[in-house]
Amino acid sequence: MTAESTHPRPEGSGPASSGPRQPGARPGGPGGGGRKFFRRKKVCKFCVEKIDGIHYRDVRLLQQFVAERGKIVPRRLTGVCTTHQRSLARAIKQARNIALLPFAARF
Amino acid sequence: MQRTYEIMFIVRPDMPEEELDKLIAAFDATIVQGGGVVKSTEKLGRRKLAYMVKKCNDGQFVLLTVLAGGSLVAEIERRLRVSEPVIKFISVRMDEEEKRLAKIKAIRATRKKLSAAPAPPAEPAPSVAAPTEAASA
Repeated sequence: MTAESTHPRPEGSGPASSGPRQPGARPGGPGGGGRKFFRRKKVCKFCVEKIDGIHYRDVRLLQQFVAERGKIVPRRLTGVCTTHQRSLARAIKQARNIALLPFAARF
Repeated sequence: MQRTYEIMFIVRPDMPEEELDKLIAAFDATIVQGGGVVKSTEKLGRRKLAYMVKKCNDGQFVLLTVLAGGSLVAEIERRLRVSEPVIKFISVRMDEEEKRLAKIKAIRATRKKLSAAPAPPAEPAPSVAAPTEAASA
């Protein structure tokens, strides 16, 4: 299952495989299939840890999903699922309103 | 229509403890007079603010959990806006979220029961799995 999902492109598509392949460049790959980059499958933190209520009050939790400048980190970087990203964004915006989180970091 | 709301507000940091208590008591009184119920009041203590609000860099946070109607919440908000030591406030409706959470909890509880029940008779499970493998092969 994980091996399938980590295949970004099918193996047979490239006769023009320009780069030299280095098998086993990084340990921990599934089966060591000759791919240069192995990206870990991202999982939604809230689904895995079964955190169901995303609340504007727990700043510790929200801070993990806010970038240094105070931006909300996009889903594609954090791996949070759509449902949770929506409620996360709402909670972050509420926390900003009550000055628990910054709108923009000051310099 | 009574609904659950969370009202959080920030009071100026230079406000003494007794006066803060008095302020909270006054808000509680207005809620009770307006036909609402104060479920809990919580002083979250001093905290540094993420940005400057009315020339204050930190503030004392207070959280009220209230059972009230919409018009009463509007009235509380008006009073919060008027009262001088309160520098910022937010009111959030919580009942829908609570309902959703209760639903999820119920679903999870039933799932756990289902997963717990077939665990003891684990022996017939492989015999079921084996024919399907044979069929697919």
